[in-house]
Amino acid sequence: MIRLPLLPRHRQIGLGIILLLLIVSPPFLSSFLLSLLTQALIYGVLAMSLDLLVGYLGLPSLGHAAYLGLGAYSVGVLTTRYGANSWLALAVGLLLAMAVAAVFGLVALRATGVYFLMITLALGMVIWGLAHRWVSMTQGDNGISGVPRPDLGLPWSFAKAIPFYYLSLVAFLFALWVLWVIVRSPFGQSLVGIRESESRMRTLGYNVWLHKYIGFIIAGTVGGFSGVLWAYYNGFVSPANMELATSVEALLMVALGGRATLLGPAIGAAAIVFLKNLVSVYTHRWVLILGAVYIGTIVYAPEGIAGAFTQLTKGVKPEPLRSKV
Amino acid sequence: MGKKLLVSVVGVLVLVAGVGPAPAWAQKGPIKIGYQGPMTGPAAAVGKDMANGLKMYLDEVGHQIAGRKVELIVEDNQGQPDLALTKLRKLVESDKVHVMAGGLFAHIGYALAPKVDEYKVPMLYPVMAADDLTQRKPAKWVVRTGWTGSQPSHPFGEWVFKTLGYKKVVVIGMDYAFGWEVVGGFQKSFEEAGGQVIQKLWPPLNTADFAPYLAQIRKDADAVFALMVAVSSLRFPKQYQDAGLKARFPLIGGGTTFDEFVLPSLGDEAIGGISPLIYSAALDTPVNKRFVKEYRAKFGKVPSYYSETYYTAGRWINEAAKAIGGNVEDNERFLAALRKVEITDAPRGPIKLDAYGNPIQNIYIRKVEKKDGELWNTVIQTFPAVSQFWKYKPDEFLKQPVYSRDFPPCKYC
Repeated sequence: MIRLPLLPRHRQIGLGIILLLLIVSPPFLSSFLLSLLTQALIYGVLAMSLDLLVGYLGLPSLGHAAYLGLGAYSVGVLTTRYGANSWLALAVGLLLAMAVAAVFGLVALRATGVYFLMITLALGMVIWGLAHRWVSMTQGDNGISGVPRPDLGLPWSFAKAIPFYYLSLVAFLFALWVLWVIVRSPFGQSLVGIRESESRMRTLGYNVWLHKYIGFIIAGTVGGFSGVLWAYYNGFVSPANMELATSVEALLMVALGGRATLLGPAIGAAAIVFLKNLVSVYTHRWVLILGAVYIGTIVYAPEGIAGAFTQLTKGVKPEPLRSKV
Repeated sequence: MGKKLLVSVVGVLVLVAGVGPAPAWAQKGPIKIGYQGPMTGPAAAVGKDMANGLKMYLDEVGHQIAGRKVELIVEDNQGQPDLALTKLRKLVESDKVHVMAGGLFAHIGYALAPKVDEYKVPMLYPVMAADDLTQRKPAKWVVRTGWTGSQPSHPFGEWVFKTLGYKKVVVIGMDYAFGWEVVGGFQKSFEEAGGQVIQKLWPPLNTADFAPYLAQIRKDADAVFALMVAVSSLRFPKQYQDAGLKARFPLIGGGTTFDEFVLPSLGDEAIGGISPLIYSAALDTPVNKRFVKEYRAKFGKVPSYYSETYYTAGRWINEAAKAIGGNVEDNERFLAALRKVEITDAPRGPIKLDAYGNPIQNIYIRKVEKKDGELWNTVIQTFPAVSQFWKYKPDEFLKQPVYSRDFPPCKYC
């Protein structure tokens, strides 16, 4: 639907303006809005990584918060307990998320659809339970507080809100670029093929399981990356980071933004972060508003925000994916 | 006088006051108090109790503190640490509050403390009871006006052994920091007095079905000590009775197992439960009777300790602001004043802070009884002026690790 060889001109301009705003606006924003924007970028990374599974592979996961937690706890434990430097914490966070995804993938990929949902849910709860009960390592429910801002050995410091925002923006763009390259590659195209028809891909000679497995690991690793960022942003890690609610929220970000569009889920993430934090300032009934937004999306824009936008600008319904594969 | 007339008279007065030579603070606008608590989600009812307590106090003083208007900003954190941190940022950075009061769960207290220190905006913790915040990991800008989890348990443990005469007790507690601290304090003083904790069971927070735990309870116990919170407090006593245990092992517990927040929802199964806490709605003092009566008139229910602590937090802010002439912008002085506050006639009794910043206050041993068809926590014993260290020497006490699932170790299990 959006995976065209080149982005149409008006889309390029639109994205360029958004990027420009993201770069220019921080000094003019209140620090609270800036912190929400930083949150949106970090959750954007999580949502995009989940989009690789949900959108491109058609595997809805309910345990994606586990990878966020793994990345976040790696940073939390390493920096507060061992004073590890940020690059090491980042590397460990990514490797740990990758390793756990590699193990979980073996189990989860035996199933599809609802069963995949249930298995990933259970696996996610295993990681949550570990964080909750392994008190000597994770400090249990109390969580790990006092995580310092990263020190990357660069000439400038990320302790303040604005530099950290730019760091998050760079990290976000990097994650976007990595995922973009992956989904545009032949490998990414074959993931879509698998989503559309596993049996056809199998008869064409693709190793379907291996494709899914690699996709699963990449999604987990990028999810871990968002966790690393989150720990540095928030300065605090707790089992609440990987509760079921967080996984559900990530899934909603993807659905709200539009599956298989990468940028859509990032926009969905921003929408949810702002709705959750800003609307709740004005009313305690904000959950109701959030619910209305979801229902509205499902009824009027089943392809999410990105899908609705495509329809608006093109004036036509997006081509069904099937015909392309 | 009609409402409109009143408003216009007040308006004119304000105008006149504005024209005349006003003191320096008049240009500074209102004193802003930031509150955050769980206003939605599973603990929303408790969050409302807390906010109501604070609002009731501010209503009483006509939203005027030290001659300045008071603005209360209420934020919902859903009982989630991440959201709590976001709301903290919002209150400080956007709303520019002068002082905060908030929080329910102990672990959120740990999460917020470093950030509060960074912002240098005083925050009152009227409920969050994590021991170490006034023990091994003190936070300068956190002013705890509530209690530590183990504070009521210390005198209670010894009292249970000496007065109730129980020798062997089985403990069943929620598996998180607050649970460990309440249980740990009890175990320490109970065993030092000569008792034995013979079994410790740790169901996770918000457990719904206790059957697997109840079945494990050792039959040679004299009593069972339960520490339940929120949803679990509602369910546990009934299941305990249904399992046929109530008749065999008397039920004692931490204060939150039987607090006024859950009592109206419980039935006769709760009668006889004994627990210690810093407050009981049944306290027979004129101040408390008036507080309970007015709270009921306003909100239609008996105040819980959550309401009392936030009500008193409002008073606390008032006393401190008055002491520095309303100049709350001077945050260092404001903090110093907050630490010096002494209240002799709070609904719960006299309160002042110890050298470590935790209140020295009365601990009440309370027994659930039925009066006029309602359940009340009748006070059967008062320990006056108990500190978080009780009879222990602070520096020696602080050498032991913070109470946890494995500390004190279960020697008699």
